Amino acid sequence: MAKYLKKDDLGSWLKELGETYKVIAPVEEGDAVVFRRLTDERTLRIDRQATQGPKGVLFPACEELVSFKYVKDPENPEKTKVEVKETVEAEPTLIFGARPCDARGFDVFDGAFTKCAVKDNYYMARREQAIVVSLACTKTETTCFCNWVGGSPDGTGGSDVLLTPVTGGYLVEAVTDKGEALMGGKLLSDADDARQAEAKKLLQEAKDSLREAPDFDCMPEQLYALFDNMDFWEKQSAKCISCGACTYLCPTCHCFNITDEQQGKEGSRIRSWDNCMSHMFTNEASGHNPRPTKAYRLKNRVGHKFCYFPDMHDGHIACVGCGRCIKSCPVALDIREVVTAAKECRLPEEETSDD
Amino acid sequence: MTKMKNPYLPEMATIQEIIQETHNIKTFRVTLNNEQSMKNFSFEPGQVGQLSVFGVGESTFVINSSPTRMDYLQFSVMAAGEVTQRLHTMQVGDEIGVRAPLGNWFPYEKMKGKDIVIVGGGIGMAPLRTLLLYMIDNRDDYGKITVIYGARTPQDLTYSYEFEEWRAAKDLNLVLTVDNEAPGWEHKVGLIPNVLLEESPSPDNTVAITCGPPIMIKFTLEALKKLGFEDENIYTTLEKRMKCGIGLCGRCNIGTSYVCVDGPVYSFAKLKTLPNEL
Repeated sequence: MAKYLKKDDLGSWLKELGETYKVIAPVEEGDAVVFRRLTDERTLRIDRQATQGPKGVLFPACEELVSFKYVKDPENPEKTKVEVKETVEAEPTLIFGARPCDARGFDVFDGAFTKCAVKDNYYMARREQAIVVSLACTKTETTCFCNWVGGSPDGTGGSDVLLTPVTGGYLVEAVTDKGEALMGGKLLSDADDARQAEAKKLLQEAKDSLREAPDFDCMPEQLYALFDNMDFWEKQSAKCISCGACTYLCPTCHCFNITDEQQGKEGSRIRSWDNCMSHMFTNEASGHNPRPTKAYRLKNRVGHKFCYFPDMHDGHIACVGCGRCIKSCPVALDIREVVTAAKECRLPEEETSDD
Repeated sequence: MTKMKNPYLPEMATIQEIIQETHNIKTFRVTLNNEQSMKNFSFEPGQVGQLSVFGVGESTFVINSSPTRMDYLQFSVMAAGEVTQRLHTMQVGDEIGVRAPLGNWFPYEKMKGKDIVIVGGGIGMAPLRTLLLYMIDNRDDYGKITVIYGARTPQDLTYSYEFEEWRAAKDLNLVLTVDNEAPGWEHKVGLIPNVLLEESPSPDNTVAITCGPPIMIKFTLEALKKLGFEDENIYTTLEKRMKCGIGLCGRCNIGTSYVCVDGPVYSFAKLKTLPNEL
């Protein structure tokens, strides 16, 4: 049964939830809107897409995997031992105000980190303790293309609860059993039919405002066929300056680096977000680099999202269409244009057969 | 919180012996500090491990000892990057971290009853040594073994102190080669693919395994094809920059195949189905 939350009660509801969970929500930080722990000093901003999505809540930009300490062996002063400790930390966390595209990013993470031979225990520990309360989009932006990649302004993938803004408040619906646990608070009343109808109408308008979705089912095959067509990739990547803004802002990008930091006798092994658009990403100690130019690297980035990941995960595209990479790219490289060009590119074989 | 095995947590190990193989390659023999872990440790020939120097980082190396000889785990390390250079300064008794075993292995079961041709170049002999020792220790399971091993100079050949043991194995032909004539060198002179053609092993009921620098693998493959070897009977083991070693960090993939999990061992038949990105 759908519930209704008055707009004026949102703050109190989040405060109430804050007693059980660490509540992370989009807040103002300078010109940007970013996901931070909600406190009295911070201003909640849910009227626009956050500059950066909430991926860092479950997959931090930087986290300690293990700590280590060099200690002298008291029995044998010549000898130094290394003490190593693992750091797996997680606490009940509520992510509020993720958009359906952001939440679908967690679906991709679930595939990448938990549906594989060796599972990522750091991600899993956080994911198990997290509850995602998303906010459906009744307004879209020109950079939005969730409908191209299997999403929707009211998509529920990756969410536990979905809120839809209606006159005077929000329609609140549980998506999962985990989300059902949030439906009991005193501030939620049963939503009447009029509110449900309004939500439905607003969401339909949002859906209608999106550009028509091309069919991307053929993309894996098409991208494999284009693999050796470096002219195509050089043309597509010509503008790219390899800054990596797209990767850091992407809700599905999950490549990481592992580095050690040491001060004195102690240190940490750190995992941090990495950028596949950087030359160093695949550069080998011998100097050999399997992806030596930005053309190879863009090919891998697009290939991973629209070909390799779908091949490995039941056809799911590892792009959620949030459009942040388009908005934030300093040279206006548009992944929609790259994928569309790849889809429409005539393959050399076809050209030959036309002769 | 679910308590599960932490794939990022290295086991502590102690360096027991260091062998200076060449001017820039050292072999480290290590044992895990936890006796039970060492006793229970098992791996397959061709699998790799991540060695940690805490404060510097991790790098991937093949476990080049044989699972039939479990007194220690052996890794051969060429000084190239930060981790390998630091490893080269380490002494017997020093502690390092080990995350192993990782990846797949040579199809030694499928190779039973067949003749074997091993073609190694330089440090590329490391993974092949594992397989070779395994086959020597299970000698009756395999047919004739031909080992063609080359390096730039006689001083660049690793494991030279073991050649006698290899030669002593039944029906094993060890062919050594270097790029140029050298004082006191009594073996072949010439590039590995040429020596392979000269030796001309029969492809009948034979599996070939090769590892070495990319250019050597390329020409060795051509030579093997010329000799009539089918792609599914030729194997190699690949190298990539790796961080996690468990298929998650995103840098070692060739299309959908992650070298750290689905590799490092590939048949050429399999490689042909993957995008061309070596």
